[in-house]
Amino acid sequence: MKIAVCLKRVPDTETRIKIGADGRSIDEDGVKFILNPYDEYAVEQALQLKDSAGTGEVTAISLGSSASQETIRTALAMGVDRGILLETDALPLDPVPIGKALAAELGSGDYDLIFFGKVAIDDYSHAVGTIVSELLGIPSVSAVGRLEIADGKGTAEREIEGGVEVVEFSLPAVLTAEKGLNEPRYPALRGIMMAKKKPLEIKPVELEEGGLSVVELSVPPARPAGRIVGEGADAVPALVEALRTEAKVI
Amino acid sequence: MSNVLAVLEQRAGALKQVSHEVLTAARALADALGGSVDALVIGSTGVDATGLGAYGADRVTLVEDEELSLYQPDVFNEVVTAQVRAGDYAAIILAATAMGKDLAPRVAARLDCPLAVDVTAIDGSGGITVTRPAYSGKAIYTAEVTATPCVISVRPNAFTPSENAREAAVETRPAPRPDLRTRTVRVNEPAGERLDVAEASIVVSGGRGLKGPENFKLVEDLADAFGNAAVGASRAVVDAGWRPHADQVGQTGKTVSPQLYIAVGISGAIQHLAGMRTSKVIVAINKDKDSPIFKVADYGVVGDLFEIVPRLTEEIRKVRGG
Repeated sequence: MKIAVCLKRVPDTETRIKIGADGRSIDEDGVKFILNPYDEYAVEQALQLKDSAGTGEVTAISLGSSASQETIRTALAMGVDRGILLETDALPLDPVPIGKALAAELGSGDYDLIFFGKVAIDDYSHAVGTIVSELLGIPSVSAVGRLEIADGKGTAEREIEGGVEVVEFSLPAVLTAEKGLNEPRYPALRGIMMAKKKPLEIKPVELEEGGLSVVELSVPPARPAGRIVGEGADAVPALVEALRTEAKVI
Repeated sequence: MSNVLAVLEQRAGALKQVSHEVLTAARALADALGGSVDALVIGSTGVDATGLGAYGADRVTLVEDEELSLYQPDVFNEVVTAQVRAGDYAAIILAATAMGKDLAPRVAARLDCPLAVDVTAIDGSGGITVTRPAYSGKAIYTAEVTATPCVISVRPNAFTPSENAREAAVETRPAPRPDLRTRTVRVNEPAGERLDVAEASIVVSGGRGLKGPENFKLVEDLADAFGNAAVGASRAVVDAGWRPHADQVGQTGKTVSPQLYIAVGISGAIQHLAGMRTSKVIVAINKDKDSPIFKVADYGVVGDLFEIVPRLTEEIRKVRGG
């Protein structure tokens, strides 16, 4: 079983976002970066599938700046066998060129399964894995919360509004991982030591610009100051009154 | 290149509310560009498309097949891309729902055109400019579309449906039957009929202040009192296994923009605020008056939620019953 996992380096969820001097990107100064949380589920699933197959190789691939090597090392420490960094200075907002660059690498890898996180928590496109599947002409299921793979076929469940879709496909395929797919392992000290010796190949790539040109990145306007209606259950009638007559939402 | 294709969503033959939002966004963009709106509905036979003209569709195409009661990505992709190739479209608009988030990238990849996801505003007054949140609402991108057609998915609840009556001609076509690389075989419906947090116009969310999963009954009762509210949860209680991940509001859960968001026993971690700060009205109930949740709340009540919430449930029942 040959498996690829695509990773992204993103700002930590607890990070406060400051706008950079160019007005079109974030100020990365002082920001802690992590492996995209949804990608952890993708890594874990790939490792579990390799373990249960008893043989195979898991490759972590990241598209991004040189600093993404650290993100790949996190996956190597979890147990991934090798890494590939597709190095580029900046990623466009349009996910289509990102999908193209990844598909170009993935298409030559002869992978049985390609995992992504369902979304990266920075640009929130929810798109790249699905774009890659379309470009490679192979099946894909997005936001997978449960997965079974057997005999070159798979069944995946994905949550939709008010239900769960059950989807069947054959391999090779692209799957994007939803939270809850599994419990990602923490890298053990031994894994961290071993990760330093695992192969990490760096390939420079040129991306197309895509069709979205960022005019501005801004911080959303602060919500106008609210008020404390009161304390305890006695404040409830005043709250209900405010919701009816001021806010007019009930 | 001035027309707009609105790809609508139906479930069991009935159009979803979000489809009217998509049509409203499409109408406004087409008016700015001087074009017309084509609505496209894909599904099983017998979809009720009456009334789409009321929301601004000039033409309605129903693509039907009894095999299409469920979302089949390969068929939907083929139908949409074929229509775009045969038409003269500046934009394809759909909703950023579970279906739209899956379909939009497929269409953009096949057409090799730009994709703008989870858009909250579209301006067509000088080219097409879109606004979309990033970093889960902690920042907002404004971006110019530099190549058309462009695929745009719009965030549910971001566009208020408005009527804009047209005489819409309705055409019905059979669906193609390509090989299905992925086949949706069924949808498992949960026992309850509660709305999804991302779709509901009222969301009542609970956090660690509830002290245990059994106390979510209080939150559910309040949601029931509103009649049509969804129940959400903070990351802390989802990680603790009290609630399913589907209910989680926040940066690693869902981003919601309901008319009314009630946070019960939620302190307001930055990643939670990121997921609900675009709600129209926010109410916070928390015992700690210094909780960050009160900084974003329009209305706050400080105190013991175990006393406040049952009373609120009672008052809401009175208001709705009276």
